[in-house]
Amino acid sequence: MFITRKAEFSASHVCRVPSWSDAANREVYGEAANEHGHGHNYIIEVTVAGDPDPVTGMVVDLKQLKEILEREIVQPMDHRFLNYEVEPFDRVPPTAENIALEIWSRLRNQLTSTPARLHRVRLYETADLFVDVTGEDFDT
Amino acid sequence: MRAALTRRYQFSASHRLHTPALSNSENERVFGKCNNPYGHGHNYQLEVTAHGTVDPETGLVLDVRQLDRFVSDQVLNRFANRNINMDLPEFRHLIPTTENIAIMIGKVLEDGWTAEFGVPGPKLVGIHVQETDRNGFDLVIGAPVSRRNDAVVEPSFVSVTD
Repeated sequence: MFITRKAEFSASHVCRVPSWSDAANREVYGEAANEHGHGHNYIIEVTVAGDPDPVTGMVVDLKQLKEILEREIVQPMDHRFLNYEVEPFDRVPPTAENIALEIWSRLRNQLTSTPARLHRVRLYETADLFVDVTGEDFDT
Repeated sequence: MRAALTRRYQFSASHRLHTPALSNSENERVFGKCNNPYGHGHNYQLEVTAHGTVDPETGLVLDVRQLDRFVSDQVLNRFANRNINMDLPEFRHLIPTTENIAIMIGKVLEDGWTAEFGVPGPKLVGIHVQETDRNGFDLVIGAPVSRRNDAVVEPSFVSVTD
């Protein structure tokens, strides 16, 4: 059984490879490369998998999951400029793909105290664009 | 590392659900309001999902602007503000249910995909077509479609002759 918890954070970012020229960045990222950055209301949907506990009827304590999302994702990223204030986006471009992968990495080891396992991270950059990451995306 | 990127688009079009294989009263019974002779329209939403390697330098699975151009050229510009039954040759003998629209869009995108995005490149893995807020259809590309009875069948076109 899957259960999904949603959270939001608002942040600014700029998509640039620092070693590239302005023209090369514009070619690849378009307006997302605008020097001073721009922002989004990001929405994350975190899906965990597991069986309901026979006593409590719960797959995971949703309050605990909410606290994990708040501590690991929302607090560090909300109202921040990702490139300047949130690792590893000083080194890798904070594209929706990389933010989703980073959220997966931050959450991966947080559920070990619960019977549930992380199944999928979905990150909405806008209502019209989202990225999904699952454990299989890390297999070589 | 890999990721799946989904982009959402919209187009408005009209259609009528009717098959000459059935009588007028049977058509009315099967398709209800959707059989209205003059047709009717929807604001369709289309989601296109691509899965692939996240480029280690750019952090991108694909160029979203390239995907936008491709989907506009192949699909949106053909459907937008059209009567699907009358204006799209694919639906001359095919009932434009959302199921069939999803299958047709999947086929059109699949046919042009490799030429547009290269090999190895991001893969088209799914589309979703939403007819109204209350009904939508998923098509998994590159995998057999699972039916309600769990029998696994290949996607196929429902063809009606007149």
